[in-house]
Amino acid sequence: MAWTRDQIAERASHEIEDGFYVNLGIGIPTMVTKYLPSGKQVVFQSENGLLGMGPPAKEGEEDIDLVNAGKQYTTMAPGAALFSSAESFAMIRGGHIDLAILGAMEVAANGDLANFMIPGVMVKGMGGAMDLVYGAKRIVVVMDHTNKHGDTKVLNRCSLPLTGQGVVSRIITDRAVMDITDEGLLLVELAPGYSAQDIQSCTEPTLIIPAHLQ
Amino acid sequence: MSVYTSVEKAIDGINDGATLLVGGFGPVGTPCGLIQALKDKGVKDLTVISNNCGEEGFGLGILLRNRQIKKVICSYLGGHPEFERQYLAKEVEVELVPQGTIAERVRAGGAGIPAFYTRAGAGTIIAEGRETRMFNGKEYLLETGLRAEFALVKAYKGDRLGNLIYRRTGMNFNPMMAAAGITTIAEVEELVEIGDLVPEQVHTPSIYVQRIIEFRKTDTGKL
Repeated sequence: MAWTRDQIAERASHEIEDGFYVNLGIGIPTMVTKYLPSGKQVVFQSENGLLGMGPPAKEGEEDIDLVNAGKQYTTMAPGAALFSSAESFAMIRGGHIDLAILGAMEVAANGDLANFMIPGVMVKGMGGAMDLVYGAKRIVVVMDHTNKHGDTKVLNRCSLPLTGQGVVSRIITDRAVMDITDEGLLLVELAPGYSAQDIQSCTEPTLIIPAHLQ
Repeated sequence: MSVYTSVEKAIDGINDGATLLVGGFGPVGTPCGLIQALKDKGVKDLTVISNNCGEEGFGLGILLRNRQIKKVICSYLGGHPEFERQYLAKEVEVELVPQGTIAERVRAGGAGIPAFYTRAGAGTIIAEGRETRMFNGKEYLLETGLRAEFALVKAYKGDRLGNLIYRRTGMNFNPMMAAAGITTIAEVEELVEIGDLVPEQVHTPSIYVQRIIEFRKTDTGKL
């Protein structure tokens, strides 16, 4: 059975190590805060100018001046710091963010990422994603394995305009976990009920399948 | 430095075809009083540099819906259906710029730096036809500094000299925009006397601000 959005977020939370500074994209990535690993010190960066983002604000307790990068009312964790957008992206570009977890429309086996527009149909804009993909030390993508038409989002080459070239390290979908490696796309984990062959059948690049997942 | 009591007078000189830097990220740090005055004045063909051009029916979204904006330089349209519709229907011109690049272009503009290189956008459609350069084996895009005739910013507190303090994530693009405006108009929730702000806590020094007006939060709140 495919992982739910919450289960994808929970799985993505395992990517966070003690002492990490982490930036989360909009959507499933934002849900990762719900599964903060206990016993680890983690600081979330919100690129609109907040280091030390806390859980979403409770209804009725919103601070009108405090939003996250998804423009939802949020809170500050103890030890939070506030700063301008220029400072925020200086820390992103400067390689100070350990991990960014982002959503995607398409990911390719070479690590290319597309997540900001479908020409003529839909445009969200890149927001801070083009800065993050080259600035953060590691990029993990979380997404559904296929789009709403049932077509795979894991491709040999992206068809949509790119957010960045060769930037993704790991892909976590509702069906599997895969790593971008120099040798190709490596299958790392399977969601319950899926076989390696199931994942290959909905994935364009030929997967490298380790023996224990055969 | 001029202290204003009327938003209509505070926006004097902003006419049809003007280019404006406007602070704000989503609902926060937006100079709503000044934007409302621009709507009431009915100025048209504006070029706006702002991260997401307000929200549906809020902030710059009001001017967009009222067809007063010709061009937007921004990083994000998502969650703003009227903006996305106007863009796809080619009713408004949009230049998409990565968020960090907007912040740095405006910072550079106000700091007298004509251009700089950044990785953001390298190898993507925004790099097409643009000047690039390799540093340490990686491709970087040349980006130019941005200034504008007017900057509209929002702060929590300001004094009569123009020193500004922002609150929470209301800071966002406001400090850089204040520095990059030829004429910077600051809308503050509370206007205080000279000497009332703690110097170490001033975010935007008064030298960047030419006009200031108090506009109470209760008039702008979105909640």
